[in-house]
Amino acid sequence: MLHQLQSFAESSNSTPGHTLQTALRKVATTEVNRRGLLKGATGFVLAAHFLPSAAQAFEAYPTQGLNMPNGVRNDPHIFVSIAPDGQVTIIAHRSEMGTGSRTSLPMIIADEMEADWDRVTIVQAEGDEPKYGNQDTDGSRSLRHHIQPCREIGAAVRKMLELAAARKWGVSEDMVEASGHQVTHKTLGTRIGYGDLAAAAMALDTPARDQLRFKTEQEFRYIGKGQVPIYDLHDITTGKAVYGADVNLPNMKFAIIARPPVVGATIKSVDDSAALAVPGVEKIVQIPVTPLGSKFKPLGGVAVIAKNTWAALQGRDALKIEWDRGEHGSFNTADYEKELRASVAQPGASVRNQGDTEAALKSAARILTYEYYQPHLAHAPMEPPAAVAAFKDGKCEVWAPVQSPYTARTDTAEYLGLKPEAVRMNVTLLGGGFGRKSKADFATEAAFLAKEIDGAVKVQWTREDDIRNGYSHTSSVERIDVGLDADNKVTAWRHRSAAPSFLSTFVKDEGNQHEIEIGMGLENLPYALPNVSAEQCKAYAHTRIGWYRSVSNIPRAFAVQSATAELAAELGKDQKDFLIEMIGPDRVLEAKASGLPGKFWNQYEPQEEFPFDTARLRAVAELAADKAGWGKTLPEGEGLGIAVHRSFVSYIAMVVHAKVEDGTVKVPEVHVAIDCGFPANPERIRSQMQGACVFGMATALHLGLTFENGEVQQGNFNDYEMVRADNFPEVVHTHIVPHPFSVHATGVGEPGVPPFIPALTNAIFNASGKRIRNLPIGDQLA
Amino acid sequence: MKITVNGVEHSFDGDLSMPALWYVRDELALSGSKFGCGTGLCGACTIHVDGEAVRGCLVSMQELDGKSVTTIEGLSADGNHPVQVAWRDQNVPQCGYCQAGQIMQAASLLKSNPKPSEQEILESMSGNICRCGCYQRIVSAVRQASTGA
Repeated sequence: MLHQLQSFAESSNSTPGHTLQTALRKVATTEVNRRGLLKGATGFVLAAHFLPSAAQAFEAYPTQGLNMPNGVRNDPHIFVSIAPDGQVTIIAHRSEMGTGSRTSLPMIIADEMEADWDRVTIVQAEGDEPKYGNQDTDGSRSLRHHIQPCREIGAAVRKMLELAAARKWGVSEDMVEASGHQVTHKTLGTRIGYGDLAAAAMALDTPARDQLRFKTEQEFRYIGKGQVPIYDLHDITTGKAVYGADVNLPNMKFAIIARPPVVGATIKSVDDSAALAVPGVEKIVQIPVTPLGSKFKPLGGVAVIAKNTWAALQGRDALKIEWDRGEHGSFNTADYEKELRASVAQPGASVRNQGDTEAALKSAARILTYEYYQPHLAHAPMEPPAAVAAFKDGKCEVWAPVQSPYTARTDTAEYLGLKPEAVRMNVTLLGGGFGRKSKADFATEAAFLAKEIDGAVKVQWTREDDIRNGYSHTSSVERIDVGLDADNKVTAWRHRSAAPSFLSTFVKDEGNQHEIEIGMGLENLPYALPNVSAEQCKAYAHTRIGWYRSVSNIPRAFAVQSATAELAAELGKDQKDFLIEMIGPDRVLEAKASGLPGKFWNQYEPQEEFPFDTARLRAVAELAADKAGWGKTLPEGEGLGIAVHRSFVSYIAMVVHAKVEDGTVKVPEVHVAIDCGFPANPERIRSQMQGACVFGMATALHLGLTFENGEVQQGNFNDYEMVRADNFPEVVHTHIVPHPFSVHATGVGEPGVPPFIPALTNAIFNASGKRIRNLPIGDQLA
Repeated sequence: MKITVNGVEHSFDGDLSMPALWYVRDELALSGSKFGCGTGLCGACTIHVDGEAVRGCLVSMQELDGKSVTTIEGLSADGNHPVQVAWRDQNVPQCGYCQAGQIMQAASLLKSNPKPSEQEILESMSGNICRCGCYQRIVSAVRQASTGA
């Protein structure tokens, strides 16, 4: 998402990588033509020349990855090296924040190249997109965009190893076969290890794609099996894993920064005498304050630089800063909620107009209006932002837990007035990201301070800094008006959304949403209804807005799936049956027939390859319901709730079992049905679904930022509460819809969160009769 | 003052009000103990003081005079403490950041109560937050380390 926003803000330009990918896509297209040619081909020579190789076991298909800045790379020489002892090193170019992509993508390469996983070392790439292709780890894209290039890399290396062996033995290629980290002479049975072939093999040019033999799915060792533990498991369990704050450099200083309490507030005066008197405090450095709309530039403020973190913390406490609170200094959440509600009471700008919704509402026998609220949210990853930077001889090296290391590098270079070549951005493990670490203001802070002190420094954000000075997730009011005819048939559905956009972080705020936000459940209601409209209503930002895991899908799924359940209750119908009825006949959503002015946003994925298929949506809803025993009798105070949502081009339904007792809610069980196309690593899909339920439960039960006079009122886990071991979704059953590789792999990291929240609130309704329309639930059940 | 960390004795003459977390991280470069909240609310910095789990961000150096501290790096010589093994068998972590604290908490629980009930596990582990949401596996791993199943 980041890069689309950048191109929106700046206008992107073509790159060598892009060109390569365009060429690659042409290859894919040509293969289709070849097959077409073959059908009618009679000449032997022609047929032999175009004989489809085993490459056809895996048909290339285009993804949005090809259009991302710097595209995707499939050059094995960039990603794989083999040592003489046979140890294989694979580059992980995507950031690891807990989804498992650092394991899953190299695992795919290892499988296709027939490498033994136990002999694979993973090296994390620094931020260098011209070399590695796009590295923006966001939008649940890693597997979706890189499963094909990873297979191509792996198959190419295997081919190169086979070629090297064949040459060494002086036999033709079809006489040898690579398997299990060695190449075997098929007739003699002689074997030679990968290490002994490495130098010769890796000196070869990359074979053309149509020369590659891809494995059949039956031949996979690791892909689709879910038997490979995450690569960093041992280091994590022994305390050796390195996160942002864990990098130690010689003579490194420690910085804690006092940032503006209100975004854009400027410094009137600073008295740093008491801070400088704290033992261990060495220097005070001001960082220029930036207004709203400064992208990922540091907020600015006053940095205390000390010999250790503790001294820097005490030094910051001792600073006396007078702030001019600026234009957002009167921002109050209570007023803002009213403003958003007033905004959706008026017509907004149409983003979808199917049929004639206004006329249908006018002639409706009755109109039911539902309104849902979600406050601003802080990401609060367990690792607060932190980064280490060293400046020397006009160059800066940074170590940081960043989701988009190349953006972090180029942004940092620009901020420092350096060329990108003068900045190196090393990527540590991320102690959670959730979208926060796409915005590398903290890495730039460290680089700036390193330059100021001409040395090495670590910037540590406290939890309060993280909650108060981050990038808030949008707050929203979603209003749905439903028209019913005299027979209680739904004739019209109008959805209005007012939510400040993350565009305000990039450009002048016009109060409008970006196509990404509109595309996340506002324009693509998948219900079979004659009249559907969607409008975006004005909402202006008063704090830095930045996407949070699942982005606008959270309020949209909450609104649509709650309204569906409310309607079912109103009409005396079963929640699940009514949901299935609303989804209607199996079909692929068409933009024009749906009343869209253009195309569906569709996560920028090509519609032909990743269509919105309501049969798959219905199927996951039915699967989750069946597995949960939908319709079973539960004790008083307990209930099941269902919700379904397609996001990140995956279809997920959840049935939550809720137990409401003494004003609190417990979740003994969740059944998740996920259709994410070909499931490359089922084990991590399950862990992501378990995590999504916890993340969703925290968001539903507790989370919300409130601003008073422009300042966030929450600060730590006492007032920004997480779900804990004493109350979490106890058992999450994940049912993965099986698909072959030909059904394209889709997103997993984010799509689990949106359906959880309405499934929970729908369950709460069935358990207690209480309908939750405003998040968080807080004490609403008391 | 003197403090023993992972079996090694150190003398310390700095600010006695400094929390142990910053001492082990900044002075000893033992970075396995994590900073998460600074106020004892998340458990990411959990260490053992004379065998008992405490929050490294709350306990000051002054309170540790003459005490023996164990961090995740010193929990076992080979990284094969039963809790660490169980954590790996259950493939618990997602991002992994909170896991050292979780493991230290679980190890301390099982030392004082080798066969905790389900409720005792949940209560003991409820001071340790995992934002990724690994609780289901955390509980399974504690159970495995306790009962072997």
